[in-house]
Amino acid sequence: MTPTRRRRLILVLGILAGVGIAGALALTAFQKNVMFFFDPSAVAAGEVKQGQRFRLGGMVSKGSVQRVPGTLEVHFTVTDFKHELPVTYTGILPDLFREGQGVVAHGRLNENGVFVADEVLAKHDENYMPPEVAHSLKKNEQPAAREGS
Amino acid sequence: MAWTWFHRLASPPYVYSLAARLTPWFAWPAALLIVTGLYGGLVVAPPDYQQGEGYRILYVHVPSAWMSLMVYTTMAAAAGIGLVWRMKVAHAVAASCAALGATFTFCALVTGSLWGAPMWGTYWEWDPRLTFELVLLFQFLGYMGLRAAIEDVQRADRVSAVLAVVGVVNVPIIHYSVEWWNSLHQTASVMKLSKPSMPPEMLIPLLMTGLGFTLLFGALLLVRLRAEVLSRERAASWIREVVAGEAARA
Repeated sequence: MTPTRRRRLILVLGILAGVGIAGALALTAFQKNVMFFFDPSAVAAGEVKQGQRFRLGGMVSKGSVQRVPGTLEVHFTVTDFKHELPVTYTGILPDLFREGQGVVAHGRLNENGVFVADEVLAKHDENYMPPEVAHSLKKNEQPAAREGS
Repeated sequence: MAWTWFHRLASPPYVYSLAARLTPWFAWPAALLIVTGLYGGLVVAPPDYQQGEGYRILYVHVPSAWMSLMVYTTMAAAAGIGLVWRMKVAHAVAASCAALGATFTFCALVTGSLWGAPMWGTYWEWDPRLTFELVLLFQFLGYMGLRAAIEDVQRADRVSAVLAVVGVVNVPIIHYSVEWWNSLHQTASVMKLSKPSMPPEMLIPLLMTGLGFTLLFGALLLVRLRAEVLSRERAASWIREVVAGEAARA
C-alpha cells in the first residue's frame, strides 16, 4: 500500500471512529427519549413525572382482565414480574391482546395511581411456532422455549 | 501476484464484460429461490400459534429488512474503497447500490406497516427500530440527491462517498435497537447467536427468500453497474469497440 493510500485509509477509518463515538454519546445522552415505553418498575422508581403522558409496557397479568358489561371499558394490570400497575381503557383492543401477552399502553396516571390509557397496542415476541406445538407445550406444562428474551 | 484480481477490478472494460457474464449466475438462482421460498412460506409452512396466517408477510418483510442493511453496508464499503484507492469502479458500485437499497428499505417499511396494523394495532409508531429504519431510507435518498446535485462525476463520487461511509453507523444501531431500548418491535428471531426461535418448516422458506433477495440484489447491481460504467466511460474508445461488437452479434 502506498503512503498516500495508507494516509487516506487512516483518514477514512478516523472519520468512521469519530462519527461512531459521537453517535454512541448522542444515543446515550438521549437514552430516555429513544425508549419507546416505561415498564412498571421504572414507573414505581419515579422515572415518570407526575401528570406526564407516557407509554407503559409490560405483560398483561394472568387473570386480571375485567370487562365492564355493556361497554367497551376494560380493566387489567400490566406487570414486569417485579411491579405491577392497574390500567383502564375504553375502546377496541387489538386481536393479539390477551392475558400473558405483551402490551404497550399510551396515556397518563390519574391521582389514584391508575394508568388511564387512550391507546393500547399488542406486542408479540420473537417466537414463531405452529398451533399444535404451542398446544402440546402448554399441555406438558412447560413454558414456551424463550431464548434471549 | 495475489492482488492482480483486485487491480483488474479497477479496469472498467473488464468489469463491464465480467458483470455481463456473472448476471445470469445471480438472476436464475434468485428467481428459483424466491419462487420456492415464497411457495414454502405462503403455502406449505404452518400458521403461527399467535398470529395465525398473518405472520406470513414476514417472508417478504424480513428479507427486505435484511437487504436494506446489507445494501447500505455494501454501498459504504464500495465508497470507502473508492475513497482510499481512488477507484472509479468502486464509486460506480456505490452509486449503483443507492436506488436498490432505497427500494428494499421502502419495501421493509411498507410491509412492516401492513403487518403492524392487524397485529400491533397501528400502522406506524415512533419506535426506535421503525424510526432508525426510516432514517436509513432518508440516507439512501439523501445520497442519491447529493450525487444528482453535483455535476462533476469525480467530485460527486468523493463527496457522496464520505456521506455513505459516515452513515454506516446507523446499520448497527438498527440491528441492536430492539435490544438497547424498550421497543414495540420484536427482537431477532433468526439473526442472533442462539438458535432461531422458529421451527425448520417456517425457517427454511425464510432462509430461501433471504438468499434469493441477496442474489436478486447481486443481479440487479450487476445490471445497474454496467449501465453506470457505460454512462461514465461514454467518451472512451473501448466503449465504441464493445458496442460495435455487441451490435455485430445481435
